[in-house]
Amino acid sequence: MVAKAKKASAGAASGRKSAAAGRAPSALQAPSPAKFSTEQELDAYRQMLLIRRFEEKAGQLYGMGFIGGFCHLYIGQEAVVVGMQMAIGDGDQVITGYRDHGHMLACGMDPKGVMAELTGRQGGYSRGKGGSMHMFSKESDFYGGHGIVGAQVSLGTGLAFANQYRGNDRVSLTYFGDGASNQGQVYESFNMASLWRLPVVYIIENNRYAMGTAVQRSSALTDFSQRGASFNIPGMHVDGMDVRAVNAAAEHAVARCRAGEGPIILEMETYRYRGHSMSDPAKYRTKDEVQKMRTEHDPIEQVRARLIKAKQASEDELKAIDKEIREVVSQAADFAQTDPEPDPSELYTDILL
Amino acid sequence: MATEILMPALSPTMEEGNLAKWLVKEGDEVSSGDVIAEIETDKATMEVEAVDEGTVAKIVVPEGTEAVKVNAVIAILAGEGEDVSAAASAPAAPAPDGAAAAPAADSPPPAAQPAAPAQPVAVVTAADPDIPPGTEMVPTTVREALRDAMAEEMRADDDVFVMGEEVAEYQGAYKITQGLLDEFGARRVIDTPITEHGFAGVGVGAAMAGLKPIVEFMTFNFAMQAIDQIINSAAKTLYMSGGQMGAPIVFRGPNGAAARVAAQHSQCYAAWYSHVPGLKVVMPYTASDAKGLLKAAIRDPNPVIFLENEILYGQSFDVPKLDDHVLPIGRARVHKVGADATIVSFGIGMTYSVAAAEQLAGEGIDVEVIDLRSLRPLDLDTVIASVQKTGRLVTVEEGFPQSSVGDHLASQVMQRVFDYLDAPVITICGKDVPMPYAANLEKLALPSVEEVVAAVKTVSYRD
Repeated sequence: MVAKAKKASAGAASGRKSAAAGRAPSALQAPSPAKFSTEQELDAYRQMLLIRRFEEKAGQLYGMGFIGGFCHLYIGQEAVVVGMQMAIGDGDQVITGYRDHGHMLACGMDPKGVMAELTGRQGGYSRGKGGSMHMFSKESDFYGGHGIVGAQVSLGTGLAFANQYRGNDRVSLTYFGDGASNQGQVYESFNMASLWRLPVVYIIENNRYAMGTAVQRSSALTDFSQRGASFNIPGMHVDGMDVRAVNAAAEHAVARCRAGEGPIILEMETYRYRGHSMSDPAKYRTKDEVQKMRTEHDPIEQVRARLIKAKQASEDELKAIDKEIREVVSQAADFAQTDPEPDPSELYTDILL
Repeated sequence: MATEILMPALSPTMEEGNLAKWLVKEGDEVSSGDVIAEIETDKATMEVEAVDEGTVAKIVVPEGTEAVKVNAVIAILAGEGEDVSAAASAPAAPAPDGAAAAPAADSPPPAAQPAAPAQPVAVVTAADPDIPPGTEMVPTTVREALRDAMAEEMRADDDVFVMGEEVAEYQGAYKITQGLLDEFGARRVIDTPITEHGFAGVGVGAAMAGLKPIVEFMTFNFAMQAIDQIINSAAKTLYMSGGQMGAPIVFRGPNGAAARVAAQHSQCYAAWYSHVPGLKVVMPYTASDAKGLLKAAIRDPNPVIFLENEILYGQSFDVPKLDDHVLPIGRARVHKVGADATIVSFGIGMTYSVAAAEQLAGEGIDVEVIDLRSLRPLDLDTVIASVQKTGRLVTVEEGFPQSSVGDHLASQVMQRVFDYLDAPVITICGKDVPMPYAANLEKLALPSVEEVVAAVKTVSYRD
């Protein structure tokens, strides 16, 4: 379990009792980690490893100049999106901010198309016109990929609105970070989602730093699970480094939404190993802090250790998976480097339908 | 001393109203605060309270009277001890002109007489080629036309819904959505909290999921709270997704100055939105265009900014009686054919332009008036063709002058048909100031018919 972020300075939030006492917003207890079958463990392992290796490769390609602009890596946070994705099905929507490569891969989007978008090639998901932060796939129910911090929260709430309007039982998984949690439109959206009981799961990926600002320095209330308290939205803390814990919380939240009980907040306590973007040296935290997280809480190592310990998989089997994934990533990287840039005529396409 | 009870102004733009009901009759005693009548404005039914005590000596305007001008005498109240019949028969002071409710501004100096009286030219409004000749026309207010457009599209397509502040139970802050809740229910006519940024984003998200939202802003001034979602999410997603995902959404509401609502409620955003690729921008003047273009906007697979005007809401125009009156977005309409100079305008700017064209016709200058209707896509071809014919161009809009729509037109005309111009283009805009509240200053801040007339004369070398 990740150490809980330090509470806000004493008194700021806790000094007075709420005038509107009555119904204390429910602070939900996270369910016990899901009991995974061998198949599920291996599936989670494979998916998290794909994200990890993909992001490592993206980092390399950035260093080589193949990827330009901003590039935000998801390394360290893999358990969040993989555990969530295991709880949903076709037609459930996913939307997130700019740290989005992992979400796309977890949604089943083709690594070649994602990597080619990173390199700005015609075979990219947005034909090279979106880049790292702006990719979409209607086919995979992935709604972006948004570069404006917090904008995806209103949009994701709108996806949930559409589900309710159509009377289907689909759920919108709306991801954002601890930084976005301070944006005004997040609360405007919380209000409407709760008022209208929209089927949206708000997943706050608390990786402890909004770019370079630690949560204690940016947030008066660092218990993000309670950010919906004013809107009567229940929330829970989840160990975002344990894919089984994430999955158990996801199952609970998604079932709640499908039952028409309205929105819920899952605060994922997670950690990003890399800087905010490729150009961030991450001087705002110690090397020890990062190292401690990697050695004690790594989401992929946790699964690997469990598989070995329970003899659900051998070292050789896991090595084979690793090899297979490296191959997938390598092919994606090759494609992304050799695929041509978009035709100049693409400059003027896709502006209006 | 008898007191005259006057028709009150009950909204910033009200010029007249209907006297729906008297709650007192002649001979009744009233005291200050008593509700004496109900007045129906184009926005709501309001109660009128007595502001003085006395006896109702005479009801001047019977109930059921429509279009009673603001400040007209509607009843006479006899004071204590006063003879009621004398008060009733006392010559009522001349009823102030209805327009007196509007700012008592400094009158502009009378226009100088032309040196040589010219032959007047007849003013004929051009027929819209998109409306089949012989179609029956029905006088309709812009307000009704907008509502009819939404209702027709909502009947035709369950994916269309309307959301915004006060659109449902209140029946619309400006009554544009009147009756929609009754017909379509709360699932499709949705009152939102006062959170423009949030509900604009919810609307765009719903559109990305394939629904066709109509998002009403109580005024586009408030849409500045939401402009990030309009520009960054709605306008750019189709491009950023390589054509996979767009936002079929309409953002509509009143834009620009109403009357006496000052700087934060009076800005025209036409130039702002017309700047952005990925948006369509429509700003109609007539009720026919309002209806036909709003229907087109709702069906359009792209985000459409639909800029209305509060002052135009109550104005009536002929609307064709057609089962499905849809007009093309991106095509200007020649409002009046002329040969001597071209005025290009849009939205409420057309009111100055049309009045100026009529005045100029009386002085023998035959002006062509083009109503752009859409600002993006912009129908430059129609403008260019007209300038090639007349050699002179004046643009008219209420927005701020720097980087105005007129600036863009002037630049395009200069680049494309410089040799056809017989005079520099004149761009008439609102003044380069935040909108003032004082009636005289407000009038000075907006364009005027006199300015348009003078500009046409300048480009025609007739002044």
